[in-house]
Amino acid sequence: MANQPLWNQLIFYFSHNGMYLLQQFGRHFLISFYGVLLAAAVGIPLGIYMANHFHLGDFIISIANVIQTIPSLAMLSIIMLWLGLGVNTVIVTIFLYSLLPILKNTYTGMKNVDPNTIDSARGMGMTTFQLLYMVKLPLAMSVIMSGIRTAMVVAIGNTAIGAFVGAGGLGDLIIRGTNATDGAPLILAGALPTALMAIIVDLLIGLLQKYFEPTGYFKEQEE
Amino acid sequence: MATAKEIVSFRDVAKIYHGRAVAVSDVNITVKEGEFVCFIGTSGSGKTTTMRMINRMIEPSKGSIIFKGKNIRKYDPVKLRRTIGYVIQNNGLMPHMTIKDNITLVPKLLKWPQEKMDKKATELIKLAELPESYLDRYPAELSGGQQQRIGVVRALAADQDIILMDEPFGALDPITRDNLQDLVKHLQETLGKTIVFVTHDMDEALKLATHIVIMDSGKVIQDDTPDNILQHPANDFVKNLLGEERLLQAQQNTLSVGDIMSKNPARITLGKSLSEAIWEMSTKHVDSLLVTDDNNKLKGYIDLETINEHYSKDSSVSDIYANNLIKVKKTSFLRDTSERILKQGYKYVPVVDNDNTLIGIVTRASLVNVVYDAIWGKEELENPEDANLPASITKGSENA
Repeated sequence: MANQPLWNQLIFYFSHNGMYLLQQFGRHFLISFYGVLLAAAVGIPLGIYMANHFHLGDFIISIANVIQTIPSLAMLSIIMLWLGLGVNTVIVTIFLYSLLPILKNTYTGMKNVDPNTIDSARGMGMTTFQLLYMVKLPLAMSVIMSGIRTAMVVAIGNTAIGAFVGAGGLGDLIIRGTNATDGAPLILAGALPTALMAIIVDLLIGLLQKYFEPTGYFKEQEE
Repeated sequence: MATAKEIVSFRDVAKIYHGRAVAVSDVNITVKEGEFVCFIGTSGSGKTTTMRMINRMIEPSKGSIIFKGKNIRKYDPVKLRRTIGYVIQNNGLMPHMTIKDNITLVPKLLKWPQEKMDKKATELIKLAELPESYLDRYPAELSGGQQQRIGVVRALAADQDIILMDEPFGALDPITRDNLQDLVKHLQETLGKTIVFVTHDMDEALKLATHIVIMDSGKVIQDDTPDNILQHPANDFVKNLLGEERLLQAQQNTLSVGDIMSKNPARITLGKSLSEAIWEMSTKHVDSLLVTDDNNKLKGYIDLETINEHYSKDSSVSDIYANNLIKVKKTSFLRDTSERILKQGYKYVPVVDNDNTLIGIVTRASLVNVVYDAIWGKEELENPEDANLPASITKGSENA
């Protein structure tokens, strides 16, 4: 086996462990997804709140910035001390890393809604809630989506490292490859699908972002 | 309009920020139904603040604002705003909604049935003088002027009685602005809406308003009809705001006959002989004389032609003078007199006071002087020699 070209070895691995690979692929994706979902669930409301109380905004964003500077392996280890080995540690790490882009983009998106538009919506008799879901969110949505896009791509990469604390996923294959003699095909079998996943997710969310883009809004800004 | 109901009235209203910065104070304004009120002033004069207090976008710090007989504090701000149209400068439209959704935004908030909203949208796009196909477009696909047309008609969507407009045409080019002003004026007149309009453009205010409120540094300087403001500017600030040119023009509108008449018309008393009349004409270089009695009461006129016809038979002015004379009072407006002279072909009109005493004359030359003043300004009058010039012109024209 080992004397065959790398490419053949890789194909051999894919054909014999296809189901396992698919399973790990799904697991990898879900870990990233749950982390980002949690970050969105916290980051979007927090970002909306920050935009309304902007003296708070800089403070919270600086905290999120500090979190971002911690290397992901260090972060994983710190959280492992608290949550132990396993998938939860990775999800919490992903959550912390995704918070900044989501928070920042929500904050920026909300703040960039034309104050004239808000003023006229309020002046026509919208309640605070109607203003949020009929005007501010639709107009900020594409910027928020771009934050989620960044977060998701970063999360997929970080999940690979999560294999160190026993979360599974495609990172598992990579680690096993690095530990084994002639593990190159194993490394590739983990790394290539990870990269593919990041690209596909990026494209899909990009399409979603286009969908949420308010029609004619950006045309107007170009003028 | 004098008997129209009050719709909004400000009573001793003030807005003070952080307990110190006074934005507006002592505002007492009454807006009647069907009025077109312009708040005008420089930036920072508090005009927008005052307007925004009506729909509670800004809460007054002191005083009360009565809307339809009730203090605005008693209204729920959201419900209040849905009954008041609101148009702001530049792009108050929702960029992510179609024109139709934009127009029917307030009806939607009021939960109208869909078909009623559709009907309203088609009705309003016609009012805006835009094609119906625009209903499905987005604001960014329309020009600035078209967008603001939608902004204006949107404020009418839920049959609001009063519409607030905050410098709605400030960002438009002059021609588009002119068209939109016509549209707003037309809508206001045909639909009988009350409009409160904030602007810093005096031309706009004078064109549209039936009631102008001039503000400066948070205080109301003058609150009156456009005509009264033009005729009696309250102080130098108002004069500056109006500008020299407009004041001068306004003056001509309201100039009285007494202001421009020549004080010494060529005249003759009833008892004089015809030869004396001819002598008088030749010394004054005129071809007709006003005839008065000994108490200087105006009786009529006599002209050279009549004297020629009767010279051999009659000998006294009283025998042949004509009394079918148009005369004007000293206090009547020049604009009415000038029409008589210019359109009905009189060469001159004698001016009398209330006792019919002859005190002056308005000739075509006097009108020329007014035009001259309007073109060259009034500074010439400071020079006495120039001031005498009109008198010679007066005589010249009567000879003609």
